[in-house]
Amino acid sequence: MTTGCRDTPVLKQRGQREVFCGLTGIIWLHRKMQDAFFLVVGSRTCAHLLQSAAGVMIFAEPRFGTAILEEKDLAGMADANEELDREVARLLARRPDIRQLFLVGSCPSEVIKLDLARAAERLSVAHGPNVRVLNFSGSGIETTFTQGEDACLASMVPALAETPAKELLLVGALPDVVEDQALDLLAQIGVTPVRCLPSRRVQDTPVIGPNTVFALTQPFLGDTHAALTRRGARHIAAPFPFGAEGTTLWLKSVAAEFGISPEKVDQVVAAPRARAEKAIAAAATTLRGKRIFFMPDSQLEIPLARFLTRECGMQAIEIGTPYLHTDLHGPELDLIASGPVISEGQDVDLQLDRVRAARPDLTVCGLGLANPLEAEGLATKWAIELVFTPVHFYEQAGDLASLFARPLRRHAALRRQHPNRLEAAE
Amino acid sequence: MKLAVWTYEGPPHVGAMRVATAMHGLHMVLHAPQGDTYADLLFTMIERRNHRPPVSYTTFQARDLGADTSGLFTSACRDAFDRFQPQALMVAASCTAELIQDDPGGLAETMGLSVPVIALELPSYQRKENFGCDEAFLQLCRTLAKPMARTERVTCNIIGPTALGFRHRDDLAEITALLSEMGIEVNVAAPMGASPADITRMGAAHFNVLLYPETAESAARWCEKELGQPFTKTIPIGANATRAFIEEVRVLSGSTIPVDETRMRQPWWAASVDSTYLTGKRVFLFGDGTHVMAAARVARDEMGFEVCGMGCYNREQARPLRAVAKEFGLEALITDDYLEVEAAIEEAAPEMILGTQMERHIGKRLGIPCAVISAPVHVQDFPARYSPQMGFEGANVLFDTWVHPLVMGLEEHLLHMFRDDFEFHDDAGPSHHGGHAPRNDPGAAAAHAAADEGGSMPLPSAPLAPLDAPALPDNIIWLTCAERELKKIPFFVRGKARRNTEKFAVEKGISEITVDTLYEAKAHYAR
Repeated sequence: MTTGCRDTPVLKQRGQREVFCGLTGIIWLHRKMQDAFFLVVGSRTCAHLLQSAAGVMIFAEPRFGTAILEEKDLAGMADANEELDREVARLLARRPDIRQLFLVGSCPSEVIKLDLARAAERLSVAHGPNVRVLNFSGSGIETTFTQGEDACLASMVPALAETPAKELLLVGALPDVVEDQALDLLAQIGVTPVRCLPSRRVQDTPVIGPNTVFALTQPFLGDTHAALTRRGARHIAAPFPFGAEGTTLWLKSVAAEFGISPEKVDQVVAAPRARAEKAIAAAATTLRGKRIFFMPDSQLEIPLARFLTRECGMQAIEIGTPYLHTDLHGPELDLIASGPVISEGQDVDLQLDRVRAARPDLTVCGLGLANPLEAEGLATKWAIELVFTPVHFYEQAGDLASLFARPLRRHAALRRQHPNRLEAAE
Repeated sequence: MKLAVWTYEGPPHVGAMRVATAMHGLHMVLHAPQGDTYADLLFTMIERRNHRPPVSYTTFQARDLGADTSGLFTSACRDAFDRFQPQALMVAASCTAELIQDDPGGLAETMGLSVPVIALELPSYQRKENFGCDEAFLQLCRTLAKPMARTERVTCNIIGPTALGFRHRDDLAEITALLSEMGIEVNVAAPMGASPADITRMGAAHFNVLLYPETAESAARWCEKELGQPFTKTIPIGANATRAFIEEVRVLSGSTIPVDETRMRQPWWAASVDSTYLTGKRVFLFGDGTHVMAAARVARDEMGFEVCGMGCYNREQARPLRAVAKEFGLEALITDDYLEVEAAIEEAAPEMILGTQMERHIGKRLGIPCAVISAPVHVQDFPARYSPQMGFEGANVLFDTWVHPLVMGLEEHLLHMFRDDFEFHDDAGPSHHGGHAPRNDPGAAAAHAAADEGGSMPLPSAPLAPLDAPALPDNIIWLTCAERELKKIPFFVRGKARRNTEKFAVEKGISEITVDTLYEAKAHYAR
C-alpha cells in the first residue's frame, strides 16, 4: 500500500449540489456568541431554511432573525436601506443585551447588490460603541454550509485590535466545554497566552499582530486563514484535532511553535490520550472493516476519513468534499492511505449512482438524502450532527467514533424489521 | 422589510413542491441557488418520506451569474427529463431565480419536450407557501384536465391533500371511507397519490370534495367553471360539521344510503360526567383559517369550551375568519408575526391554546397547555398511527388530543385542595405527562441530556424569563399577601385569576390589590 492521498487526482463534477447554504452556520454561531445577534437580510426562504435546518423550531426567541425583503424593497435601494435601519433600531431596542450585530447577506441581497458592508458601517456609527455591527455573506451563491462560519469569523478579523505579543489564537467555534478542555491541555503543556476566535462574549475579543500564531480547530476556515495571514499572523499547519492521533499531532505542532518538545506533550497527554484510545477501541469493534462513503457536506469529510480509516479501521470508498483546500487539508491527505476516490463538488444524481453501485456500509450525507438511502437499506450518518455535537480533542474522540458506530449497531439490531428486508439483507 | 423570528409559511415554491411531492409521475425543475435544496429535508426528515422529492434544482452559484444561468436551467431540465421520464414536467423559480429573470417557463417550452410542461409564476416577495400549493395545483388542472363524459355511477374527486400537510394522509383515508359508505366512489384524489394521467381524468367526476381551501380552492373554482363540477363547502372537522358534510354530499350526489355513526365516540365522551371539568375552559385558537374556523365550532359546540381568542396567519382566509370571530363576539387576529400572536395569547391568558408548532412554543413559554390543530407542524405531528382530523374518527381524535394536555378533572380538584403537597403540586404539571412541567422547567436539564444522548439536535439552553406578570396599569399594585395568595392558585387558572383581579381593580378604582380584592373579583366573575 502506498501512503498518502495528496496527489490523488480529484474527481470534479458539476450538477445539482445537495448542500445547505452558509446561513446554516448561524444555528451554532448564535449559541456560541452569547451577546451576538444574527440578522439575515433575505427572503422568506432564508427564514424557512433557518427554522427547518435547526431541526427544532427552537422554543422561545432565538438570537437570530430574518429581515424579509418584500416587493417594495426590491423597487428602490434607498428604501431598502431605510427599512433595514428601522428594523435594526427596533431589534436593538427590544434586545438591549445585544453587543454585536451581524448583518448576514443572502442570495437575494447579493443579487440585488444591497451593500451590507456600507450598512454595517452606517449602523455601527448609529449604535456604537455599545453595539458593534459587522457583516458577512451566508448566501448559497457564495457559501456552502460551514463556509458561513468561515465568512463570519473572517469578517471579525479586520476589526481586531493590534498587539505585538507572541500569542496563540485558537480559531473555530467549539462548544464551550471542548474549548475549555483545549485551553487546559495547552496550559499544562506550557503554551500561553491563548485566545479564541470567536470569543464567547465581546469583551473577550482577541487581539492580533505579526507575532500571533494561529491554529485552526475546524477544517473549513480558508477565508479566515487568509484574513488572519493578511494581518500578519502565521498559521500552524497540522492535522485537525479529531481522534487521539489527530489531537496529539495538532498539540505537538502547536507546542513546537512555542519551543516545547514532543516528549513534554506526550507526558502531559498520556492519561487523556489513553482514555481516548480506549473509548475509540470500543466503537471500533463495530466500525472495523466497514466501508464508508462521504457525500460532500460539512468540509469535515477529509479529517474524519483520516480518523475513521486510521484509528477505527474503516475503509473509505469515496471522500467527497464541497471544497478542497490543499493548504489546510494537505497534512490530512498525507495521512490517508491511497485508494479512495477524492471528489470535490457534486452532481448529486451521479454521485448517488456511485453510492448505489458501491453499497457502502455507511454513507455520510445531508438530511435530504438520509432517509431515502435508509429506505434502500443503506445506513447513513447525517452530517449536520457532526457540527452540532462536541467531537474535538481527546475526551470527545470516543463520542465521535460512536456517532458512526450507532447507525451500524442500529442496522444490525433492526435488520429483520426493515421494511425492505431483501435489499437490507444484502 | 419585515423582521421574522419564525415563519408560519415557507416561500411559494415550497408550496409547489408539496404538490409535486404528493404526486407520482410528475417531476419539478426548480431554478434556485445552492442551498435551496434544504427544502428536501422538510419531506424526508419532518414528514419521514422514504424517497427524495421529485425535484431537481439548478443550484447556481455566484460564478454562474455572470455566465449562463439559463443554459444551466435548460441542461438541468434535460437531465431531469432523461433520468426520471416523467409524464409531465413542472418548472418554477425560487426567490433568487425570480430576481435574475431567466423565465424558466419560456425556456422549458422551447425545449420541445414530449410531455406537458406546467410553468408556474410564483411571486416570492408577495406570496407564501399556501399560495404556492394552490397555484401549482390550479395550473396542473388547467393544463391537464379537460371536460369529458361523466362516469356512469356517481363519483367525486377529493382535492386538496398535499405532502407535508397536517394529517392530510389520514383525512383522505377517512373521507374516502365515508364516501364509500355512502356509495360514492372516488374518481381521482389529488394531488396526494395522483399522477398527471389521473389529473386528465378529473373531468369524469360528478362533483369535487374540497378538503383544504388553502391548497385547492382555486382548482375547485376552476373545475366548477370549466368542468361543471360543483364542490363541497363544508369542512368535515368535528361531529356537527361531519354530519353537515354528509348532508351536503347527499344533495350533490343523490345518495340516500344511511351512514353508521356508532364509531363516532366523541359526542358521548364529551357528554359523560368526567368531561364536566372541561366546561367553560377558555381556549385561544390560532392556525390556518380553515382549521381555526372548524376548531372554534368544535371547541364551543362540542367540547363546551369558551373561545377567548382566534386568528389565522393566512390572509387569504381573513374575511371568513373575521365573520366567524364576530359570531363568537371576538375580533380575529390576522397576522403572520409570531411575536404578535404571543402577545395576544398572553393578553387573553387562556387555559389552553389550540394552535400550531409555534403556539406550542408560546404555550411552553407561558406555561399554558397546547394542542396542535393546524400546520405548520413538526416531526412529532406526523404520527405512525392513524390519526385523522376529519370525519367520525377525526372527531374522536380531536377529543383525545385536546383533552390530553389538560390537568384531569379530579386531579384539578385535588390540586385546589392540597396545594402544598411536596410531590403533588401544580409546578409538577399534569400527572399523566411524564416529564412535563410548565415553567421554570426543572426537567429541562434532563431533556437536554436526553437529547444529547439520543443524538438529536440540540435544544435551546436558555429560554427567556417567564412572563408571569404582564404590565399592570401604572396605579395598581399587588400587596405581598395577595401575591402570595395568588401563588396558591393552581397554575392553569392563575393567569386568569390575575387578569380578572386586575380588571376588577381597574373597574372599581382600587389601587392596592389585597386578598379581599382577589376573592371579590373571584365572586364577581363566578360562573
